[in-house]
Parts: sequence; structure tokens; C-alpha cells
Amino acid sequence: MINMILNGLEISVEKGTTLLETANFYGIEIPTLCHDEGLSSYGACRLCLVEVGPPGRSWLVSSCTYPAREGLVVRTHTRRIARARRMLIELYLATCPSSKTIQDLACQFQVTAVRFRQRHDDCILCGLCVRMCDEQMQAKAIGLVDRGADRRVATPFDKKSEQCRLCGGCQYICPACQARCQGPQEENPICNACLNLAPPCLEEYEDAMCYMDPCVACELKGNN
Amino acid sequence: MRNLQAGLKSPADLELMRKRLKEARGRRENYLAVCGDTGCTVWGSNTIKDSLQDCLKRKGFLEKVDIKFTGCLGLCESGPVIIVFPQEIFYQKVKEADIEEIIDKTVLKGEVVERLLYEDPTSGQKYIYASDIPFYKNQVRVLLGNNWINDPNSIEDYIAIDGYKALGRALTEMSPAEVVEEIKISHLRGRGGAGFPTGRKWEECYKASSDHKYIICNADEGDPGAFMDRSLLEGNPHAVLEGLIIGGYAVGASEGIIYIRAEYPTAVDKLSLAINNAEKLGLLGENIMGSGFNFYVSISIGAGAFVCGETSALVSSIEGKVGEPRQKPPHLVERGLWNKPTVVNNVETLANVPYIILNGAGEFCRTGTKESRGTKIFSLVGKVNNTGLVEVPLGITLREIIFEIGGGIKDGGKFKAVQTGGPSGGCLPEMFLDSPVDFEELKAAGSMMGSGGMIVMDEETCMIDVARYFLRFLKDESCGKCFSCREGISRMLEIADSIARGTGSLEELELLKELGSAVKDSSMCGLGQSSANPVLSTIRYFEDEYKDHILENKCPAGVCRELISFDIDSVFCNTCGACIKNCPASAVCEDKEGQPVIIQEACSKCGTCLETCKHGAVLKR
Ligand SMILES: Cc1cc2nc3c(=O)[nH]c(=O)nc-3n(C[C@H](O)[C@H](O)[C@H](O)COP(=O)(O)O)c2cc1C
Ligand code: FES
Repeated sequence: MINMILNGLEISVEKGTTLLETANFYGIEIPTLCHDEGLSSYGACRLCLVEVGPPGRSWLVSSCTYPAREGLVVRTHTRRIARARRMLIELYLATCPSSKTIQDLACQFQVTAVRFRQRHDDCILCGLCVRMCDEQMQAKAIGLVDRGADRRVATPFDKKSEQCRLCGGCQYICPACQARCQGPQEENPICNACLNLAPPCLEEYEDAMCYMDPCVACELKGNN
Repeated sequence: MRNLQAGLKSPADLELMRKRLKEARGRRENYLAVCGDTGCTVWGSNTIKDSLQDCLKRKGFLEKVDIKFTGCLGLCESGPVIIVFPQEIFYQKVKEADIEEIIDKTVLKGEVVERLLYEDPTSGQKYIYASDIPFYKNQVRVLLGNNWINDPNSIEDYIAIDGYKALGRALTEMSPAEVVEEIKISHLRGRGGAGFPTGRKWEECYKASSDHKYIICNADEGDPGAFMDRSLLEGNPHAVLEGLIIGGYAVGASEGIIYIRAEYPTAVDKLSLAINNAEKLGLLGENIMGSGFNFYVSISIGAGAFVCGETSALVSSIEGKVGEPRQKPPHLVERGLWNKPTVVNNVETLANVPYIILNGAGEFCRTGTKESRGTKIFSLVGKVNNTGLVEVPLGITLREIIFEIGGGIKDGGKFKAVQTGGPSGGCLPEMFLDSPVDFEELKAAGSMMGSGGMIVMDEETCMIDVARYFLRFLKDESCGKCFSCREGISRMLEIADSIARGTGSLEELELLKELGSAVKDSSMCGLGQSSANPVLSTIRYFEDEYKDHILENKCPAGVCRELISFDIDSVFCNTCGACIKNCPASAVCEDKEGQPVIIQEACSKCGTCLETCKHGAVLKR
């Protein structure tokens, strides 16, 4: 077991636990965008920041990638974190406003204005789809190409990938893309964009396997 | 030489070889050092060397006078540079036509060719001997000094100047722990940027238990305008190699890797040769000098991404993956290359190691300040008279570097700022000229030591333009993985661009500051964490200049194109038409009286008219 101080409390967690898992275990909520329990940690969205180290000499790290260490002093809700996080959310809003996840975050953290020039990207490069495709679907059909501001998600050489089985895992996990996030619309309470996915529960309902919430397919089945 | 083929079986063998080499050298102290580093090669030092050789051959002196094609001699500005030994007569801007005279007069008779001497740009004084020139006089050339007397391609040359003696001593007289301790006592700090104590880094790796460990030499050097590491590798590759082997012995690594960028082909060639020669002599490979220590070195060539200089990105690049940093911990000592304990050290750090082992930590500590010991190489560039590589004791003031060694500002200009630390560093104004250069002081001033870039700027430099330059560099070079760095830099640039166009507002300036500190706080690796430095430091010291752009729509330095305009003053103009002919945008026309006028709408603000006008009739405002 590893002993740490979390928000002033002496706690102990198992070796190999990340700070995010530790905080969640102790009931402290930390926002994330690029993290998913079933996937490896990536540390790209920077929303899950926590402050580590003694006051005065502390620094911010992403809790999803930071392993618990003996004697570490961790604080999860400081002004410094809040300031950085709100700036990040504002940047997300300025970049990718059509994501419901991001709009919700803005609401939760009371980011009410965007002071940057508005862009309308449909990807925040959180890398969830790439990890989903690789780690859960064992397909490796997509990857991240190029670097810096030119970075994007693509198939090899931008050709249709032989590896892709059209499983839709990438779309399912995406917190930003248009296909999932048009949100409920006036004429239609569900956005329908997910209809072309084929969730495993379509043929035979099995609770454990259904990873869609709300499950479009089930709802359709129920309506029929 | 017999030993060369047989390999050295013990440090005693090495000493024997050294003795012979020194004796052989003692008889031939006449030689010419021709700078063969990239700067001088561009000036044509290759042909100079060949002609020297031809000329000596013709005169039948080839046997008596050696020609050494050396590493950087320092004053890159005045290449090609030649130093005539034993007198150390310094010639600059040598042309092929001068060669005959140099040989007839200087080499054979010891006379001086007046016109090739270095002339101080401010005082106009001429200097004969290299060591008298202020540029060299005020330096402490512990690492670079050997470039004068050393042919980088010859391991014999290096051995003759006590090369590999430190290795012999470490392997036979010291245990790894003692080597680590010696480095710890020396307070040697990493020269790659962060200034982490090398001894502590080595100790952690030494203590890590593993069947295999690695030591990596970081020769990625991506800072624009910096070439210290390249020069060390091209001028004295064996010193770096020796440092790497000693480091390997100290931390218990059996494999060393030199990670070097593909843009440095000469350095790669010289390093490969050095490795080969060291292997042949038994200074590398199995059972080095009979000590039982095995160490192998390979070269890994990087594709030249700036971010690959960051240690975790470097390791993943060597592993064949995309060069992207990951968050630490786990540190490289816990999970490095191929998940084994790994130490990464900068080229210059390693080059200091043989000196420390040979002369003792105490000797090394004698230069420098309390927290920063030893010397540091800077590449002094920008608007100074003497640009080139300078090696100075840490703790020296910026004023000494810029005004004594650098010879002051070019063309009699006025000093405005100095940028240290490369793209992640900051710009320091005049008030810091007298503060000492060391890791802590620079950091406290909002800049950093970095790997040693030093760009001097005069009144004609716009600080917003400088900030934009570095932001553009970082925008291209960011790996793009973490959002705060990728998006933060783009947005900082967006705002800075808008200010440079004259469309910025004071709110945007505040936003820029806020964004800068958020990016600094929240990014994953050193690139993002320091990416705001160029912006924040220029705002901190030159806020008025930002405000001039915003409130007055004026660029005081006359750089930002959208805010300047060119006009022709008819009083001075004699209608020669040079501006009309040379304007690439065809924006200069004659009016009814035949007087050239600039059509503002068509003008691209390139400044060609200003440069071509001989009568001073073009005005920039
Ligand atoms: C973006 C970035 C680029 C870097 N580039 C280099 C480099 O080109 N050369 C170098 O030696 N260190 C570079 N570093 C610093 C290294 O991460 C590391 O601190 C250094 O190599 C450690 O060696 P040292 O302790 O001997 O300085 C860079 C760091 C960052 C964050
Ligand atoms: S969830 Fe930790 S960085 Fe994205």
C-alpha cells in the first residue's frame, strides 16, 4: 500500500493506482475528457489536473497519468487548478463548440464567455478513438498523424483501411464528433446519428454487453 | 603504430602510446590550424586547406609543417579562420590568394601578414596573437580550447592531449560509486536545459537494479541558432565519447546511444569514425583496457523534431515510435529505453566529465558560481560584432559576454534585449546586463539557461515580432498531443499576430498573459511548459511596446509590416528610378512630374526601395 496525503487527508491506496483513480475512489470528482476506464491513460486533454508537491513548490500534473507515490501531497481543488482548467475549457469551447460534452463542462465550471476567435473543429484530438480501435477492438485501423497544429486522426495514407470493421467504436467513444453530438433536436428527440452503428444488443439483448447509454437500438426496439 | 592494431590492454599501454605520440609531436610543433567547422567551410575553408597543402608540397615543406583541419575555432563571423602555430598568429577572412604569402612570410619566416589580422570593430586595434583578441581573451575555453590543437578525425591527437586518461583512471582507480561521488562533488549540472545535477541523476541510475541499463547522449540540439553541441561533436568527438563511456561505467550501463539529428551529417561522420577508432584501440567494446568493463556505443539518427530533445520523446523515438513525450513519473531511471533504467545527458555535460575526472572536482568547482559551476558554451548570435561560439565561466555578466567578448552591438546600434535559452527562453532588457549568468538568475528573470543560445537584439528589433517568431517555431514543433500546448500556442500566436497587425486590444493583451500562464501550468512536457516564456517575458519587460502597437497602431522598431509605410521624399529624390526598377510589387510609379511615388495599396512593405535608394529619399514610418 502507498500512503499519501489527498486534500489534507492521510490515505492509502494500492500500488499502481493513478491519482485520478485514487481521487475517484475517495469520492472526489475530477473532470476528464480523454480518459476512459477501459483504455490506457493518455494525458492529453489536461482537464484532470491536480496539484502535487508541498505548497509553494507545487506543480500541476494530469491525474490520469500520474501514479500514486509514497508521501505525495496532492490537492485536487485549488484556485490554480480552477484557473488553468477554466482557461482550457474556454479554449475547448472556442475550438469545438458543437460537442455536448464540452458544453456540459462549460456549464459545470461556469465558463460563460469565449474570448478567442471562434472555430468549429470537430475533433479535439483526445485520442480516445485511436485507443479504442487499438486496445478494445484490436484493429489499429486509425492513428494520429502529423504533429503540432496539423495533427489529426486518420487512416494510414488517408486510404480506406483494410483493418476497419466498421464497428463504430470510435464514434461511440468520441466526446466531440458531429456524428454523435448533434444532440437531441427539436423535430427528433434522438439525434439518429448513431443509427448506423450496430450495437451488439441488436440481435439479442444482453445487459452486460450493452455499452450504449442511452442505447439507441434498444430504444428503437422498445418503441416498435 | 604497433599499438593501433594490437589494441590497448591496459592504461599503462595507453600511457606508453601517449608518450610516443607526445615525443613525435614535440619534434613537429609547426602547424596550421584551419577551421573545418560548418561556418568556415561555408566560407570556403575546404579549398583553403587544399591550397595550403598544395603550396606546402610545391615548396617542399609538407614534411615539416602539419595542417590540421580542426573543429570550430570560435570566430565564425570572420571565416575562414587560420591559426599559425607555434606562435598562435590569428588570420581571418583568408582567401586563396593569401596562401602563398602566409606560407612564405608567416610559416617560414615568422613574419606577420598585416592585412589578414583581426581588427577590433569598435577600437580599430589590430591583434596578432589569437589569445590577445578580446573575443578569446575573456573566455575560459576548457572544452573548446582543444579545438585549436586537435584534429577531430584523429584519435592520436586526442590521446596526445591526455585523451582517455580520465577513462583509464576511472576504470582502474575508481569504483563506479566513486565516479558518481566525484561528479556529485563537482556540482556539474546538466547543460541541456534543465540544469539537473548530473551526479544525482547518475546516482539514481547507479542504485537502480536491473540486468541492463542505458546511457544516452542527447545530441538533438533543436534550438534555432544554437550549435554548441554540433561544434563539440565536430571539433572533439572523442571528449564526448570518453564522457559517455565514463558515464556508462558510473551508472552500470553496458550500452551507450548517441541520439543525433539527421541535419548534422558531418557530426555523424566524425562520431562514427571516432567510435570506430576507439573500438580498434580497445577503448570501447569488450573488456576496455583490460578492466573487465564492457561498453558498446551506437548512433541513433533522429529526424530533426525539436520535441525529440525531450527525454521521454527521445526514448520513444529511439524505440521506433512516434517522438512524443509522456508524463513523468515514471522517470527514465525507472522506465527508460526498452523499459530499462536509462540516463540521458547532453553533449556538453558529457564533454565536461573527462575534465572533472582528470583534474578533480575541486579544480572544476573553481570556476563558476556557488550553484552553477564550471563553464558554459553559448552561441552568441544576432546583432553583435563577434558572432560565434563562446565558452565562459558561469557567473559572468551578460555585459561581459555581449560587450567584451561579443565586441558590442553591430553598426554602432543600441542594445535592446538579449534572448537566452532558445525558443523556451525569454528576452531580458538592459537592466539585466550586469546580473550574472547562471541557472538561477536567468530563471528568476523570466528566462532560462536552456542549452545556450544567446541572441542579441538592437533597437531595430520588434519584441512582438520576436515573440511571434518563437511562437511560430513552437507551433510547428509541438508534438500536438496535449491540448494546452497545441491549442494554447496557436491561440497565443493568434493574439500576437492580431497585435502586430494593429488590431489588438488591451483586453487581448490581458488574455494573452492569462493564457500564457495557464499553458505554462497545464502542459505536459517542457516544451509546452516553457512555450509562454517568449511572450510573457516580452510583455513583462516591453509592455509599452505592446501598448504602442495596440493604442497607437505604431511599431516603434519599424518591423511589423501592417504598421509601417514607405514614402519618397521629393526633396532628396533625384529621380534615378532605382526604386521603380527594383520594387518587386511594382508599387512605385512616376507621377506627372516624373517624380516616383509609392502606391500604398500595392506596397508589400518589403523595404527594397529603402535598401536600393542611394540618396536617402525613402522614408520608413
Ligand atoms: C522541448 C525540449 C527540447 C529539448 N531539446 C534538447 C536538446 O536538443 N538537447 C539537449 O541536450 N537537451 C534538450 N532538452 C532537455 C532534455 O530534456 C534533458 O533535460 C537533457 O537532455 C538532460 O541532459 P542534461 O542533464 O545533461 O542536461 C529538451 C527539452 C525539451 C522539453
Ligand atoms: S483525462 Fe487526464 S489528461 Fe485527459
